[in-house]
Amino acid sequence: MNHLPILPVLLPLLAGILLLAVRHVPLALRRALSVAAVAAQLALAVLLLVRVAGGDVLVYALGDWAAPYGIVLVADRLAAWMLVATQLVALFALLYAVRGIDAAGRHFHVLFQWQLFGLAGAFLTGDLFNLFVFFEILLLASYGLILHGGGRLRTRAGLHYVVINLAGSTLFLFAVGTLYGVTGTLNMADLAVKAAALPPEHAPLVRTAGLLLFGVFALKAALLPLHLWLPAAYANTSAPVAALFAIMTKVGAYAILRVYTLVFGAQAGPLANLVEPWLLPLALATAAVGMLGVVAGTGLRQQAAYLVVASAGVLLAAFGLNSAGGIAAGLYYLPHTTFAAAAFFLLADAIAGRRGELADRLDPGPRIANARLLGSLFFVAAVVAVGLPPLSGFVGKFLILRAALEHPAAAWVLGVVLATGLLGIVALARSGSLLFYRPVHGLEPGAPPPAIAPAVVPVAGLLALALAMTAWAGPVLDYAQATADQLLQPHQYIHAVLGGR
Amino acid sequence: MEALIALAVGVLTACGVYLALRGRTFPVVLGLTLLSYAVNVFLFSMGRLAIGRPPVIAPGAAGYADPLPQALVLTAIVISFAMTAFVIMLALKAQAELGNDHVDGRGEP
Repeated sequence: MNHLPILPVLLPLLAGILLLAVRHVPLALRRALSVAAVAAQLALAVLLLVRVAGGDVLVYALGDWAAPYGIVLVADRLAAWMLVATQLVALFALLYAVRGIDAAGRHFHVLFQWQLFGLAGAFLTGDLFNLFVFFEILLLASYGLILHGGGRLRTRAGLHYVVINLAGSTLFLFAVGTLYGVTGTLNMADLAVKAAALPPEHAPLVRTAGLLLFGVFALKAALLPLHLWLPAAYANTSAPVAALFAIMTKVGAYAILRVYTLVFGAQAGPLANLVEPWLLPLALATAAVGMLGVVAGTGLRQQAAYLVVASAGVLLAAFGLNSAGGIAAGLYYLPHTTFAAAAFFLLADAIAGRRGELADRLDPGPRIANARLLGSLFFVAAVVAVGLPPLSGFVGKFLILRAALEHPAAAWVLGVVLATGLLGIVALARSGSLLFYRPVHGLEPGAPPPAIAPAVVPVAGLLALALAMTAWAGPVLDYAQATADQLLQPHQYIHAVLGGR
Repeated sequence: MEALIALAVGVLTACGVYLALRGRTFPVVLGLTLLSYAVNVFLFSMGRLAIGRPPVIAPGAAGYADPLPQALVLTAIVISFAMTAFVIMLALKAQAELGNDHVDGRGEP
């Protein structure tokens, strides 16, 4: 058996254990170890991507117990795509953290690795209960990370985050239990087979479970009205953690895409396209509310957090179109928006560190040191985030709009995406001009600013990724298109997992 | 027996939701605990309720209890146990830092 699919899951787990075991060695060594582990995971993810790009679905049966009785890991194009995006963001977030933020708590690197462990597992698993377990792993690590560094606001936001996610986990278990009680399986491929051949009298129960699951995934993806936990939690945590968490809402989007194309997709008999009536309207409302939050934001980090909500809305709207074009556009938009959000969080922290007591609040303040460099980066990040030409945000939004033209609700999609884009431009232009063009003379920021280069390199790296997605938009889009086609033909996945049965 | 279990799950869930919506951290933690009890019993009963049946192969057994939900419940119990411990510590930290036990940190002392 090919062991490649389990390596991205095993490596962060082992790296985390190793980092815990060597917690007394000098911090510099642990940092090097942590960065090396993430770099190795990135290499593995790329290897997996190359391996599955041709359309193969790699199945890894743990303990060699065949599905549906054993637990399987499944690597297809979508899983590899998500893994690469995750590891890229993680690498730059970690590079930002090793400047000194990681020293604020004892186990930052351990938690960081286990967060990646949970993320990789969630993307690769082919079993619904396993998905729950990996969700819990990534959540437990995220509970530790979100409180990293401490502080009153962070504790308060962290408490809300933990409680709402615990409630979400309970709902997840109710949904999983109901599905098992009716269909007798939790393997996603087997569930797809069972759902397609469901006796009509069982359909209402499975529909209930499917919609409960949708509620859980919507909570993770910050879909309206379950987005309220996100802005405070993301705005108040430390910058590298917030940057890494930019991928966390995408786990919810991934789960929605996976479950509602595979199990409750077009071929699911009475339950076909279960969430179609809900997903698109809610996603558009999320985009609108998120962007209004950006306009109303009183701090740069709060604006960045609301940008995450708005981008989750646009992303899920693309998936909600439920066509190959829409899903492909969403898959192009997903890594782009993750990079943009992560860059924004890091940049907001770098700017806040140069404004003394004002931090990231949007009030006129002292002249910022290195304003030219930070201002240019802010400009590029804003262009990427709101989707102005010529960068990747524009390509992503253009693809979504083009895919929406064939949809009956095209007017709504076009209207909301374009209007929120305009609002975003207004809000970020206002923030940028206030921060960089209107310094109050006579005010001094107090302490000398921290070194600029280590803070700027990760931000520039993330923005360079967005630039690369623009320059190589063709190959990236081809891959996204192939992924969408694979998702809409779930029999490949089912056949790979269940074999001839 | 089914009706009794269903009632127990329903009552536990209702109490859990009510408590989880309260304004102080202690009832919220209790509510989350009750919810996790409810979901554990629910998961367990999803393998159908049977009395005196072995879960794994035994000679001469008339029928079997479903072993999978038992394994699922075991996992769920461990996870919810760890989460409860974590949220209790967090609630204590919040009370120490915010000066009161309101979930928004601004109730009357």
